[in-house]
Amino acid sequence: MMSTNILITGVGGQGIVLASKLIAGTAMRKSISVMSAETIGMAQKGGSVQSYLRLGEGAYSAMFPRKTADLLIAFEPGEAVRMLPFLKKGGTAVVNTHAIIPTTASLSGLPYSGDEMLRYLQKADANLILVDGDEACRSLGSARALNMVLLGAALKEKVLPFTVEEVEEVMKESVRPQYVELNARALRIG
Amino acid sequence: MHTEFLMGNAAIARGAVAAGLNLIAGYPGTPSTEVLEAAAKENRGSFYVEWSVNEKAALELAAGASFSGARTMVTMKQVGLNVASDPLMSLAYLGVKGGMVILVADDPGPISSQTEQDTRTFASYSKLPLFDPSSVQEAYELVQEAFEWSEKYHTPVLFRPTTRIDHAYASTLVKDPSEYVHRTPEGFVRDPSKWVIFPRLSYQAHLRIAAREPELSREFSAYSRNYAASSKIDGQLSSSRFGIASHGISFSYTMDALKLLESEGVREASALSVLKITTPYPFPEELALAFLKEHDEILCIEELDPVIERALIFVAGKYHLNVTIRGKLTGDIPSAGENSVETAAKAIRTFLKLPEDFSGAPSPEGSALPPEEMPALPVRPPVLCAGCPHRASFYAVKQAMKGKKAVFCGDIGCYTLGNAMPLDMVDTCLCMGAGLNIAQGIGRIDPDTTAFAFVGDSTFFASAITGVVNAVYNQADMILVVLDNSTTAMTGHQPHPGTGRTMMGQVVDKIDIEAVLRGIGVKTIETVNPLDLEAAVSAVKRVSSVPGVRAVIFRSPCAVLVKPEAPAVIDPEKCINCRRCVRELGCPGLVIADGRVQIENALCTGCMLCKQVCPVQAIGKGGAK
Repeated sequence: MMSTNILITGVGGQGIVLASKLIAGTAMRKSISVMSAETIGMAQKGGSVQSYLRLGEGAYSAMFPRKTADLLIAFEPGEAVRMLPFLKKGGTAVVNTHAIIPTTASLSGLPYSGDEMLRYLQKADANLILVDGDEACRSLGSARALNMVLLGAALKEKVLPFTVEEVEEVMKESVRPQYVELNARALRIG
Repeated sequence: MHTEFLMGNAAIARGAVAAGLNLIAGYPGTPSTEVLEAAAKENRGSFYVEWSVNEKAALELAAGASFSGARTMVTMKQVGLNVASDPLMSLAYLGVKGGMVILVADDPGPISSQTEQDTRTFASYSKLPLFDPSSVQEAYELVQEAFEWSEKYHTPVLFRPTTRIDHAYASTLVKDPSEYVHRTPEGFVRDPSKWVIFPRLSYQAHLRIAAREPELSREFSAYSRNYAASSKIDGQLSSSRFGIASHGISFSYTMDALKLLESEGVREASALSVLKITTPYPFPEELALAFLKEHDEILCIEELDPVIERALIFVAGKYHLNVTIRGKLTGDIPSAGENSVETAAKAIRTFLKLPEDFSGAPSPEGSALPPEEMPALPVRPPVLCAGCPHRASFYAVKQAMKGKKAVFCGDIGCYTLGNAMPLDMVDTCLCMGAGLNIAQGIGRIDPDTTAFAFVGDSTFFASAITGVVNAVYNQADMILVVLDNSTTAMTGHQPHPGTGRTMMGQVVDKIDIEAVLRGIGVKTIETVNPLDLEAAVSAVKRVSSVPGVRAVIFRSPCAVLVKPEAPAVIDPEKCINCRRCVRELGCPGLVIADGRVQIENALCTGCMLCKQVCPVQAIGKGGAK
């Protein structure tokens, strides 16, 4: 396969779709063909959300099979584990360490531990980058910047064929003016 | 021409606009909704856009416009076609003048639907040509061609993307606005022999439609959208005795699966040729016949119904061909649910009689997975949002009816999620507007129970009003609960007759739900804010104490649409950690962390329902957010 496959995953409301749009927009800017697919519909706030992205020629459908992702960007450690079967051996996983406890866990008293997820991820055959996204957002002064923090961390790994500046250019056109400066700082903090 | 990154639904809208669209109407429904919204965004005043009250209204509106020479599009999801099927079946006989494309989005899985019905099957039932795109780019081009076919044969045509086309995004080569077709419809020309359906006209139309079928089948055999392809780039037909037939997104999965198998060293995969069927009705028989003659065994990779599989069996029988057709009917492809690149690869492997060593359960081979077992994952089922007024409405009814015999009939919308624990307040759910009539039916057989029907505001206008008329006139005993959040929330907040906005940007008089109910003859109607728990519970109690058809209207805007208030705060000194708030409400804004109930500030909207449930007044309103 000629394409670069990227899987972005997390919980509805975390800003996954915008991160995906920025990657796609930057690819378009560089004349790289791109396709993507997202889970939307019943999956709303609080549900698991995935965005599949394929950059480059040669693919027919956006939803690539397991073991073929070059890059996994996970906004939540449990969601990283859920989608880990898609990451190829030696692939790069950028994972936010802050766990989001679902309503079901609070109701049933079933334990859900982010640490257990992280321990498992550490054993993966992957280039694992753990990001304390919450801490980064606190230092930036906004919880809305998580997507840019993680995207910035992913850009450092050079799996995506873009520079931070190229993504920044596209970001400036996609977000409201009052968030441009915050997002630009977030892209560089990760 | 230029390239844009477009959602499938937006590409379809763009294609329709490029084809000289004059009118588009529809009713929201996942995964079809964004087609009409994207068209409205494109509108520079050259066409009319409407969210109609339901799919039947939308189709009839478009029929009138097409009779007048306009190019029209109607949008709906697959179950919407059931609502629109009455005008559709008759319109198939009358035909149209201006091109009419009826977009029906199917939902294999299903991901957000009640059924896995296949609109391709509806096409053969209604005898209307159908176009089934396999990619975003093809959808863009195909919808323009669909208008041409519609006008050539003076018939409405069906256009059927599935969720993975509707909601996919792709770099798409599209026309510049200067390349668009512009059409000025001639207007309605009176001709009762043409536009008035009568048995004699229907008989003649039936003859015409029957004669059209083989003619279209021949044309579709030569149509470039139906073809046999090899997985090899050069497109050469192979000499393998094995072949595949597919359609829609499954065709794309099949092509990716063949590449995957090639990359794994399965040389047989590159020798396979694939028959792509874009027009399953009328079926391109000549093309299929040539393909069948070249192969001994065919695997049909389809989603939903085995439409191509049955058609190929028919052709093989008709021409006495010695060929084996495999697919859903032989158990080689699952009869329900979605396909994927992996399921296609697995089926092809079995078809080629190759050993199964890929595409099964995820093995550590080639993946990043650690050798040990995966830990138990958090479950995140869809739930009502934090601050959703529906939670408060269901809770109020639950409290008011505690210890009494009652049945709660649900309906279609966000509030179907009232079935989730701990609310557990949906006993039945069938289809749009059905809850009202189901409640009446239960009441007829089980008169000791208090029958409630919950219906959202958009569903009320779409298909519940006739149910109220039925209940009132036939002296039913039931309580109608209208959950009025002043929007169509589930599909992404489309306007409806209760909102006072239209898709042409006008601000208009709202249709008043109370006035409608009163006009029908509902005598007891209480309107209350559900987030005022005490008032809401007593309203339900008052209403439930009188006989006949009575109504409670819970009115509070969708939590997603209003600016959240400051999140609630829990006073740790007062909180006795009884967890009543969590147990009773199941709100995502309430979590248990470090053994204590805490407010998830990012989600809490400050609705303060939990404050009214707390037995020790430990929850209060927070400061500014």
